[in-house]
Amino acid sequence: MIKTLGTEDTLENAGLTDEEQQLFSNARPRAYEPYPIKAVEDFANWARANSLWILAFGTGCGAIELRPLMTARFDANRFGVAGRPTPRQSSVFIIGGYASVKTLKRIIRSYEQMQGPKFVIALGICPINGGMYFDSYNTVNRFDQYIPVDLYITGCMPRPEVLVAGIMELQNKIKAGRCDGANRYVENFDWYKANQKKVIKNWDMPDYNW
Amino acid sequence: MNELLERLQRHFDVNNINVLKPGMTTLKIGKDSAEILIRELRDREGYTHLNFITCIDYIEDGIFTLVYMLHNYDSKHTLGVHVDIDREGEEMTSIHTLWAQAWTYQRELREMYGINFPGSPRLDEDFCLEGWDQIPPMRREFDTRAFSEERFGHREGRHSEVPRVHMKMELYPKRGGDEE
Repeated sequence: MIKTLGTEDTLENAGLTDEEQQLFSNARPRAYEPYPIKAVEDFANWARANSLWILAFGTGCGAIELRPLMTARFDANRFGVAGRPTPRQSSVFIIGGYASVKTLKRIIRSYEQMQGPKFVIALGICPINGGMYFDSYNTVNRFDQYIPVDLYITGCMPRPEVLVAGIMELQNKIKAGRCDGANRYVENFDWYKANQKKVIKNWDMPDYNW
Repeated sequence: MNELLERLQRHFDVNNINVLKPGMTTLKIGKDSAEILIRELRDREGYTHLNFITCIDYIEDGIFTLVYMLHNYDSKHTLGVHVDIDREGEEMTSIHTLWAQAWTYQRELREMYGINFPGSPRLDEDFCLEGWDQIPPMRREFDTRAFSEERFGHREGRHSEVPRVHMKMELYPKRGGDEE
């Protein structure tokens, strides 16, 4: 049985048919609330920072850098980084370079399905300002308008060394409790959703993919 | 090779035969007999492999040139069949009955150039572009930069250099980038 919420705090799910409306939740996402005791929250952050599980979703050419990152030479397992096959099990989403509109739809879907706390690394110059695809008809120029980004790694392409440095930087940010991308997404949910729907014209999924 | 071209010239109205390099030749044929020629090449002449189908937009002449690239594994020869079609009347015989993979190319051409291939499977489904609401983007009258600025916006602070001008400024800074 789907829990029906009051109309003021539910999502419209206008992209779904009447039949599909019954199948998907229309609840809004909730912000993450830290533990009331700071030491406990710090301990949780320390644990999170040392078990970063990356979603195995190669969204652009940068995904090719994740193979050497995981294998013998750079061995990201040293930092507690592991690849996971499904969004439900991962906590880090690495946007590997350019995001076309078709991919952006899948990125949004995967990102929203990830369990919090979740972090996004934007790899390469393309998610920052479009890079060499700045005038393309099909790649977004400013990725942070659609998904909150916690850490940028610029370059075209960044080498795995930079990726390792980025992961260490992300760990420091998490330990300091400064990775609040997922909360920003919840707080500015309508703004992000409006931006997403501006570029994705065939919106045929729920407004929030639980 | 020459025998093949002579044979083709006897039976078809092929022209603009152009030997690009050893092992690669292009020729041009009218729209109506193109499918028969390609079928003949596949069934009788050993061009059993379809490398790709692509399209060139000659906006100045008002035509699209479709390129069917065929390969013969026995003679290791590649033959490009060029077909001019009207830019506005855009319609071409589908060859998905000859090679099943051709419908993927035709779907792409439909989406990127708006060329119609009657009878080709799944032609009007979205392929790379989902929910596209503009004119097909690979047509040259489509201004991709203006579209990108309007739809995706730009981050403040980005600036682009023309590589030629930039390198001249790097090399001859005292002369203000003047080469002389």
